[in-house]
Amino acid sequence: MSKKYVLIYKGFERFWHWMQALLIFFLMFTGFEIHGSYSFLGFKEAVTYHNIAAYLFLALTVFAIFWHFTTGEYKQYIPTFKNIKAQLDYYLLGIFRNAPHPTRKTLLSKLNPLQRLTYFGLKIILIPASILSGILYMLYRYPSRYGIEAINIGSLEVIAIIHTAAALLLVTFVIVHLYLITTGTTITSNLRAMLTGYEELEEEEHKTNETESKSEV
Amino acid sequence: MRNILISLLFFGLFLAISYGILKSNEIEKPDIVKLKEKYLKREMKKKADHSKFEVLNKDFSEPREITQACETCHNLTAQEIMNSNHYNWERVGYMKGRGIVYIGKKNAINNYCIAAHGNEKSCAKCHVGLGLDKSGNIITDPTNIDCMVCHDNTETYMKASEKGGEPVRTLDFKNIAQNVGKPKRSNCGVCHFFGGGGNNVKHGDLESAQFEPLRDVDVHMAVDGVNMQCTDCHKTKEHNIFGKLYSICSMNRERTRCEDCHTETPHREDIINEHGLKVSCQACHIPVYAKVNSTKLYWDWSTAGKLKNGEPYVEEDENGNHKYMSIKGSFVWGKNLKPDYVWFNGTASHYLLGDKIKDPKSPLILNPLYGSYEDEESKIIPVKIHTAKQPYDPENNILIMPKLYSEEKGAGAFWKDFDWIKASEIGMKEQGLPFSGKIDFIETKMYWPVNHMVSTKDKSVRCEECHTRNGSRIANLRDFYIPGRDYSPLVDGMGKLLIIFAIFGVIAHGGGRIAASYIRRRKMR
Repeated sequence: MSKKYVLIYKGFERFWHWMQALLIFFLMFTGFEIHGSYSFLGFKEAVTYHNIAAYLFLALTVFAIFWHFTTGEYKQYIPTFKNIKAQLDYYLLGIFRNAPHPTRKTLLSKLNPLQRLTYFGLKIILIPASILSGILYMLYRYPSRYGIEAINIGSLEVIAIIHTAAALLLVTFVIVHLYLITTGTTITSNLRAMLTGYEELEEEEHKTNETESKSEV
Repeated sequence: MRNILISLLFFGLFLAISYGILKSNEIEKPDIVKLKEKYLKREMKKKADHSKFEVLNKDFSEPREITQACETCHNLTAQEIMNSNHYNWERVGYMKGRGIVYIGKKNAINNYCIAAHGNEKSCAKCHVGLGLDKSGNIITDPTNIDCMVCHDNTETYMKASEKGGEPVRTLDFKNIAQNVGKPKRSNCGVCHFFGGGGNNVKHGDLESAQFEPLRDVDVHMAVDGVNMQCTDCHKTKEHNIFGKLYSICSMNRERTRCEDCHTETPHREDIINEHGLKVSCQACHIPVYAKVNSTKLYWDWSTAGKLKNGEPYVEEDENGNHKYMSIKGSFVWGKNLKPDYVWFNGTASHYLLGDKIKDPKSPLILNPLYGSYEDEESKIIPVKIHTAKQPYDPENNILIMPKLYSEEKGAGAFWKDFDWIKASEIGMKEQGLPFSGKIDFIETKMYWPVNHMVSTKDKSVRCEECHTRNGSRIANLRDFYIPGRDYSPLVDGMGKLLIIFAIFGVIAHGGGRIAASYIRRRKMR
């Protein structure tokens, strides 16, 4: 079977990914300071920077959504339960035996079934929960009949706790995500692909049954 | 065409977002500079030169003659004074669950000297009258008004001790009468700085240092700053002075507010202005009170009455404040204090003489301040809490107003005879209240809102003094969520578990892979 370097992550996709990574780390860092987990920048500074980063993240997300829909790339994230067991088996057993990946990475299907499911959850539940609770957090005002008007919500508590819960799940995701970078064809192939855009993939015309075992170099 | 549209759309979006981010910096600079200029350039302009009036140009021998002279021109003012709380020592107010009541020195009880009753002659040193009748009541004759105590601008006027409000007789009355004007800090301070029988005893934020304070003590009254007088904020209408304290007041009206000058949105940053919906200005801008001299925090009447060789004695603490007095009990003082914080909507209630104590086991709040997070009128305000142990009748469950003062021994006054039972018996009888003959001591608390001693802005309370897990200034206010202080233990706990689980999972999985690959390589060899 022949192999070929393919542009798997386009320019915008990489820009989006790394900007998002940067912003999420920064939001995490400032966010947990606001939460009271530690103090480093100072509460006021943490809030100021967290808010600025939040607006940038919001802008980036708008661009990303636009990009996904105009390019049709959103289809990559539609979950499939086909081969999900094979993928699980791979992570639990096959990976230790140096078995091949059960699903083939192609330009039209960059994500394995588990990734599809995870990223779908991330994009449909976790990120929206973070963003929406974050927006309410920022626009939230104390109920009052005077002066300042905005969304007047009786209590910040529910909003803040949802925002915290989403943040904690996101931290968990980041930890696992960072580790799973190393589970590509080689230890660094996933990272290199996300940096350069190119990854060595099997040529697409050979695509037949995706579960068919293939030999690795 | 399509590309152009898309680019335009994005450009528009970019502009909208940038506007959102940058908007907060475009708010106009607040008018603090204008305010400063207004008060710095202001002159104490007099409307009339009293030294030119013939009626004042004589050697007065009786203080009442001066009042008469004043009233020849100010011929309708007496009516205002006779209706004012400064003259009547009481004011009408509405209290929740109680209705309209006159509250004043006659029926209010505090947890310092308990009440004025029985000691009127001495207490009247701070009355705007020139004397009391024989039974200690206020005289309703207009010539009894003491104009000078508030309007003397020579700073020489002085009331005599234990004379029911009379001035010292050796004063230069002519000079005083010819130099009257708007009250200055010295006029107000001579009483209000010394409430409770000594400097700064009661308020904690009003004391003799404010006669001539520097900016770090009080940014408003500062002699090296805008040098404001009490009456600049405490505006007066027909001798009714605005801005009252809730030691006696109970209604949300005629208040003096910072916002009256500073507006409701004085900060550059929106987020701080928004705090103003729930947080009073004072809460952040008075980080410490009792900055120069100590204020009384605790008064334990139950230890009073100890004698040395049959004589009463006094002990002082390391700062020279009374620690123990046989006549009054033990005290705790404090200086440079962080205020306590409570929700307050401008209404309060008061324990009045004869009220039943509902639960003698828990502390009795003498002036409960109403308010809560839910209440739209409420804000967090700084207070000084004065705690005391004071006598009550455990059978009738009412606070005791003992007879404290008398000129000589044997009249049953506690300060002379040191007998609680006798002093209580007489004191309660004079009030027409029952007394069972038994005495116990109950813990009482009084809230003193802190409004003065505003610090310079660099000293104001920082975000993390409240928004923190440990030692938050508002750690006791638990009816709402604030970031940095509050969290859900359940969500945080589960999140922590999940993260630990993920880390261990990653380590185990990664370790497994390393081990597996090591074994494989060894087999290959």
